[in-house]
Amino acid sequence: MRRVLVAVVVTVAGLVALLSFKTDMNGSERTVGSPPSVPPLLPGEHALTGRAVPTVYGPVRVRVVERSGSIVGVNILRHPAETTMDIQIGQFAFPRLVGETLTAQSARIDSVSGATYTSHGYISSLQSALDHGA
Amino acid sequence: MLSTFPLLPATAPVTARVRRAEPVMGTVVSFDVPAAAVADGSLDCAVRWLHWVDRVFSPYRPDSDVSLLAAAEVTVDGCAPEVAEVISACTAVRLCSGGYFTAAPGGVFDPSGYVKGWAVERAAAILSAAGSSNHLVNGGGDVQCAGGRPRSTLAPAPSPDSPASAGPSSPAPGEEPWRVGIADPLHRGRLALVVEAADSAVATSGIAERGAHIVDPHLGRPAAGLASLTVVGPSLSLADAYATAAFAMGPARARDWTESLPGYEAYAIAEDGDTWQTTGFAPHIAPA
Repeated sequence: MRRVLVAVVVTVAGLVALLSFKTDMNGSERTVGSPPSVPPLLPGEHALTGRAVPTVYGPVRVRVVERSGSIVGVNILRHPAETTMDIQIGQFAFPRLVGETLTAQSARIDSVSGATYTSHGYISSLQSALDHGA
Repeated sequence: MLSTFPLLPATAPVTARVRRAEPVMGTVVSFDVPAAAVADGSLDCAVRWLHWVDRVFSPYRPDSDVSLLAAAEVTVDGCAPEVAEVISACTAVRLCSGGYFTAAPGGVFDPSGYVKGWAVERAAAILSAAGSSNHLVNGGGDVQCAGGRPRSTLAPAPSPDSPASAGPSSPAPGEEPWRVGIADPLHRGRLALVVEAADSAVATSGIAERGAHIVDPHLGRPAAGLASLTVVGPSLSLADAYATAAFAMGPARARDWTESLPGYEAYAIAEDGDTWQTTGFAPHIAPA
């Protein structure tokens, strides 16, 4: 299982770009969005929760849902939600990442071209979730 | 941060693979290399190269050669020789693209549109020079492959109905093409198609979550009409620069121009979902 999961993580990493937006980074207080509702696990599923990874935009934390050695879901437990850019990331970038994690696993591909603007925090937390569950 | 993960135990034969993801150049560069590239230090060498490029070429570092050059605090002669190489290459693409590719977007010297693909291609070349005949390097969605994927490292088909315990996989010799998914710019989380690549590069330019970010240098405003444009060809430096130039051209001009590029093929997805491809692109598409 670990081998497949690691392959997925690195595939995702291959399309991850750091959040390099030129926003103010003057240390202003960052609040964290209320945890999105997390769907309950179905029978046979296991959840692997990653550590919260600090980013300049606030902490990011994900949960991986695994069944029979395959990733069947990724939940964003925590992401920055203060600025418009944060919200944009939460609404667009993270869902995209989740989809790409699943797609990469199911399509038997080695890499993905053309998907930037994803999150360092996402991949780091995803990695830690998989390390934890391995 | 993201460390190196052997995919097979150390006792595996010489076909063992290693993947590594390295945050650098404002993105993450991932490697899929033979285990020998770790043992002989060439993977570390390729990673150090990328960090060196970042230090020299980053427009966000005030002390980089590119920043100093943009501020006219040094001349090209005072920079690393690779700066002159990049400027020359950018000029060549600018000329062959009718000015749709530029190393000075917004009037300020910033060759970032060329540097990432170039640096990733060179990283792959470092691995080749050390003896690797099959590896893949992906820099933030732009991919350079050497050789193909060794068949013996195929991951088991990830089907929930058949757990990965189907016995030993047959270690048939040889390789098959790398499979590179092209992200669908209009449907998040889905792939538009899968490209097969061996000894070649795949680069995609397009709108991302942030919206249009490639500017038409002639109009000074974001290029319109295309959602993404993928270029496949031998060199990632050129494939990446061609994809950027063609995207800036917009659909009509891009189609004629990419058709004229020897050795490079293109696939485009328009904002309205229409797609087109150059006449030589079809053989690159992985069979369904």
